[in-house]
Amino acid sequence: MNINEKLSTLKYNKDKESHLTVDNEICKQCNDRVCTHICPADVYEWSEETDSLIIRYENCLECGACKIACDKKNIKWRYPSCEHGVKFKNG
Amino acid sequence: MENNKIQVIVIGAGPSGCASAITLARAGKKVLLIERGDNAGDKNMFGGAIFTQQTKELYPNFIEEAPIERAIIQHQIIMLNDNDSIKFSYKTNSNEIPNSYSVIRSKWDNWCVEQAIKAGAYFAPKTLVKELIIENGKVIGIKTEQENYYSDIVIIADGVNSLLAKQAGLRNEIKDSDVTVNIKEVFKLPKEKIEDRFLLDSANGAGAKILGGPLKNMFSMGFLYTNKETISLGIGISLDDLKKLKMKPYDLFEKFKSHPSIASIIKDAKIIEYSSHMIPEGGYNSMPKLYKDGVMVVGDAAMLVNNVHFEGTNLAMLSGKLAAETAVVAINKQDFSSKNLSLYGKKLKESIVIKDLKTHKNSVDFVKKHINTITELYPDLACEFFRVLHNASNEPKNEVYRKFLFRILKSGVIFKSIPLGIFAMEKCIKR
Ligand SMILES: Cc1cc2nc3c(=O)[nH]c(=O)nc-3n(C[C@H](O)[C@H](O)[C@H](O)COP(=O)(O)OP(=O)(O)OC[C@H]3O[C@@H](n4cnc5c(N)ncnc54)[C@H](O)[C@@H]3O)c2cc1C
Ligand code: SF4
Ligand code: SF4
Repeated sequence: MNINEKLSTLKYNKDKESHLTVDNEICKQCNDRVCTHICPADVYEWSEETDSLIIRYENCLECGACKIACDKKNIKWRYPSCEHGVKFKNG
Repeated sequence: MENNKIQVIVIGAGPSGCASAITLARAGKKVLLIERGDNAGDKNMFGGAIFTQQTKELYPNFIEEAPIERAIIQHQIIMLNDNDSIKFSYKTNSNEIPNSYSVIRSKWDNWCVEQAIKAGAYFAPKTLVKELIIENGKVIGIKTEQENYYSDIVIIADGVNSLLAKQAGLRNEIKDSDVTVNIKEVFKLPKEKIEDRFLLDSANGAGAKILGGPLKNMFSMGFLYTNKETISLGIGISLDDLKKLKMKPYDLFEKFKSHPSIASIIKDAKIIEYSSHMIPEGGYNSMPKLYKDGVMVVGDAAMLVNNVHFEGTNLAMLSGKLAAETAVVAINKQDFSSKNLSLYGKKLKESIVIKDLKTHKNSVDFVKKHINTITELYPDLACEFFRVLHNASNEPKNEVYRKFLFRILKSGVIFKSIPLGIFAMEKCIKR
């Protein structure tokens, strides 16, 4: 089962704007881009084409791991505004 | 509520926040419990099972009245190697009250909030606390997306990420070695199938901890709980190991699920939900400052988890209750200073919360140091032992024994087990 199928089991209410933001200039200098492989929802992806970090914030599970994992402390992390984000029925 | 001012504000309606709110309400104090989810529990995930002792102290009738799934009477430890597995299974058949019950957070947390409301607490769901209002170093209220609220005391119960404990200056950035990232899937199965697979009768359930195999040589463990008509299965891995792994956590989980001994448990079961949440695993050494003027921090926000015994909700409930008792004293004295709130620190120290965290102060570091022995060598040798015992080949038995003994000696397991023995002894005698 791939990650998109996993995420499709969840109920989301997409926020108007991203609750996860980064300074892309810092990401450009980042070697291992750890956010792109530790996230359980595959929110982050590096785009060689645009030389920037793609953030699919609407898939976020609000676990908080990326904020701690980024060694450059480059992720401005907050919760989605109320009534938005993910909802677990069977947590 | 006059001018948006109340005696106590509790932020977060998980086990710790609900414990604070109900304790304050029962003592006749005015308390506002705030939760960012549309309903309590919507944002939460755990294993999981709640523990009878601390739950009953807060909610005496929970067994009869609360939405519990199954009484956990069977506890298993499953060790995997690459293909095989070995299982220790303990089942209690006594008539004593079971010591834990599986629950689903969206139902459980909601029920706890209902009890707090019945006791007189105010509840504000769909409300995100954006920051604390701090004046001259004293916490005097909170800012939400809608309006500001003021109180004599704020109890921070906002869970592992606790942005608010950090803002209050109670804690620093969390280290990646101090948390595990956990993912869980919930599988739907007919009730009878669950009971057949775990040899249970109805209403009773099983819990399991799983190590080795796909999770070997990292600080990682699988967990399983049976609910009424679902099985919760997941893995946790420390964030520093996950960073090194270069494998996505859900791919590791898929690998784990494809181990034959795990695959058979969830055979033909449909996944109904995927989720993720962190556990604070840093223990005693990662605990923040617990209070300052006008504020106390409880539960996961204070990193109060006993990761050796998988106890979280009970320590959350206990710390929430002790903070509330302290708030009652402070309100009666009208003194909300750090000096007066130090009673909370004292109460925690005298309780199992700090005593147990202290006992296991160095346990995670120790396990990490011996991770290969625990997650690879032991499962390998244990599986090998059973293979030797039951393999009716044409080889004479003394030849088979000799080979196995040689394997044991060569593995160095005896030598490697000495520190583990000493470590366990220390835990018994050290005070
Ligand atoms: C995979 C996993 C398995 C576990 N298994 C077990 C188990 O079997 N048994 C056990 O006892 N423990 C278990 N635990 C640990 C247990 O879940 C926690 O210790 C416990 O939930 C902590 O309770 P809490 O109230 O402190 O925090 P939480 O339960 O995290 O509650 C915090 C609440 O605060 C709310 N909140 C956060 N920020 C804000 C804000 N700014 N404004 C408003 N609301 C906010 C959240 O929405 C949430 O409802 C497990 C944990 C995990 C992740
Ligand atoms: S790890 Fe941090 S700095 Fe690196 S790419 Fe991700 S967000 Fe940017
Ligand atoms: S909070 Fe968790 S799920 Fe959300 S982006 Fe960060 S790591 Fe991914």
